[in-house]
Amino acid sequence: MEILFNIFIQPFIEMFTAPDLLIQVLWEGFVSGTLYALIALGFVLIFKASGVFNFAQGIMVVFGALSLVGLYSLGVPAYVALALCILIMFLLAATVERFVMRPLVNQEPIILFMATIGLTFFLIGFGEFVFGGEPKLMITEELGLPTGSYDIEAFGGLIILQQIDISAALIAGAMVAALAVFFNKTRIGRALRAVADDHQAAMSVGITLQQIWVIVWFAAGIVALATGIMWGARSDVSFALQIIALKALPVLILGGLTSIPGAIVGGLIIGLSEKMLEFYWGPMLGGSIESWVPYFVALIFLWFMPQGLFGERIIERV
Amino acid sequence: MRLKYLALAAGAAAMMAGSLVTVPASAQDKIYIPLLTYRTGPFAGSGTVIADGLHDYFTLLNERDGGIGGVKLEVEECETGYNAQKGVECYEKTKGKGAIVYNPYSTGITLQLIPKAPVDKIPVLSMGYGLSATAVGEKFPWTFNAPATYWSQMSAIIKYIDTQGGVKGKKIGFIYLDVGYGREPIPILEELSKEMGFSVLKVPVGVKEMQNQSSHWLQVRKERPDWMIMWGWGAMNPTAIKEAVKIRYPMDKFIGVWWSGGNVDVRPAGKTAKGYLSANFHGTGANFPAIQDILKHVVDKGLSQAKRETVGDNFYNRGVMNAVVTAEAIRTAQKLTGKKVINGEDMRKGLENLDITAERLKEIGFDGFTNPIKVTCKDHAGAHAIYIQQWDGESWSKVSDWIEPMRDRVRPKLEAAANAYVKDKPGWQTQSCS
Repeated sequence: MEILFNIFIQPFIEMFTAPDLLIQVLWEGFVSGTLYALIALGFVLIFKASGVFNFAQGIMVVFGALSLVGLYSLGVPAYVALALCILIMFLLAATVERFVMRPLVNQEPIILFMATIGLTFFLIGFGEFVFGGEPKLMITEELGLPTGSYDIEAFGGLIILQQIDISAALIAGAMVAALAVFFNKTRIGRALRAVADDHQAAMSVGITLQQIWVIVWFAAGIVALATGIMWGARSDVSFALQIIALKALPVLILGGLTSIPGAIVGGLIIGLSEKMLEFYWGPMLGGSIESWVPYFVALIFLWFMPQGLFGERIIERV
Repeated sequence: MRLKYLALAAGAAAMMAGSLVTVPASAQDKIYIPLLTYRTGPFAGSGTVIADGLHDYFTLLNERDGGIGGVKLEVEECETGYNAQKGVECYEKTKGKGAIVYNPYSTGITLQLIPKAPVDKIPVLSMGYGLSATAVGEKFPWTFNAPATYWSQMSAIIKYIDTQGGVKGKKIGFIYLDVGYGREPIPILEELSKEMGFSVLKVPVGVKEMQNQSSHWLQVRKERPDWMIMWGWGAMNPTAIKEAVKIRYPMDKFIGVWWSGGNVDVRPAGKTAKGYLSANFHGTGANFPAIQDILKHVVDKGLSQAKRETVGDNFYNRGVMNAVVTAEAIRTAQKLTGKKVINGEDMRKGLENLDITAERLKEIGFDGFTNPIKVTCKDHAGAHAIYIQQWDGESWSKVSDWIEPMRDRVRPKLEAAANAYVKDKPGWQTQSCS
């Protein structure tokens, strides 16, 4: 009886009696969700264009952020370092296309997936060789990002909104919107969608596959860089950040591998649900349930929607 | 056919000749010390600095003194990434090279090596980490955890809190990395809570959530514990400190284990972490003659991987202290056995008879660096006392005297845990200490 009370009654009493904490939890879930969505977006972009599940997306987050703080530590001004980092992400995209993707055209998806695993370990080793393994401080203030907080007294308590979290949500939102416009309204975006539908058909109408791949890997690189900056500002920049990228997996299960809106909605659902469940139900289960709850939530959705929330329904003629 | 046999014979002869030539050269002229370190992965922030400290003190002994007792030290690092499986691989790879001791630098790896030590006759020195029960020398003749165990440390931290307004009726939060290391002090914390009348709020942090702790700290905000104790490592520490600042938790009520008190842990939060406390068992800073010697003979000669400014950091000095304990045990072993080049069995004797007095610390350039350490057959943890240090926004300062653990409470529990460990292991090697 007590268990039932703790599951079905107690959490809601807490929500009602301490609404400031409820809002705080929802806010933290929202911020985490937007950042998960951003990571998931990197996966979706590459999967849409090439059918490759890019295992290296997590290390690209670390690599982008490390390049930025590494260049800054060499005396390069923050904004110049940021511009150079964007260039580095472009060079990475072009290198990956030329030396990883191009030789594997028409291979099975699993081969391409394995290649991205190889790429992950190469980038880990290369990153540690160039930047060292020790954590670095994100140059938050130097980039003009705010570091203070807004303290709002409401509902008999205090709601603390970190300015960096507000920035993260805004930047993530802006990037998602820009990418959505880019892929829906521009010629390259339409070409990308054509490639996603059918490689050979796209090539037959004059779309260059190599060019598209460079563009999507570059776009995924920019997304990774933005995620690295935001998450690095919340903690520090270390190789541990790549673990965060694993959080994109339940988002992708939920939202579908090919849908940009799916990544956004999936990210928000995972972010909000994991924070709510950890905060209100976690202590009853021994805590630290955030590690597995997102997968559980995603699996529940899959029962009802096997293609994910926005995934394409696959109908094949037999 | 004949030619094939001739070639095989020549090859075998060459291999034997090679082994005859090379083995005596390394075995007779050097003492081989493998270091299981991690300069990569999620825990590299703390691991790199410790590895530098360990490495640099051994290099100093080679460069300045020509080794120990006239024998050079051959130090080889093996990268574990703080991964128990890789740690065991490193152990298997290096044990045949004449290893005299292992410093696993991970509780997970230590737990794997404890049963291997008596079989391979190579002692394990888990300095201030690992299985607390290995302090009971009768049951664990081959494992040492001087100068203190996690359990004695936890009891000393509770003792410190007790001096700051008492613990009775208080709520103490315990946030920990949800792995073997983080869970290790829970039994003693729970026992003490019953005996001393305080409640415990446990907040586990999974490895995947190390940099994603907002909900954990909201839990802390909701429960409002009077004190917070952290058993964190690697990327968990700076994130936890930042999150504590974010929820306005009073920093002077937040105490980290000695593995949560690195400069790398507080720097991301900078001045906002001012007031944060952590346990420690050695000095910080470079104002010790031996550390100055490291700068002169090792760092300035380009023989170190450490940046000059990190020499003297808390975790750098932790690595140095580990090397000091190892080096002094080698000296003791040499004295006891009369041998210059010692093996694992000799090293075990050295560790078990280790007696680093205040005078000896002064003699080797570490005056006041740590509390004297005396290991005995019965007590493999040696010194036990710790102190509390505080971050002032730029550096650490000592804010307590040396705090003795609650020996009367901890020792019986250690013995009970040691008995429980060996109970279901028939043939486990023990020793009697009279």
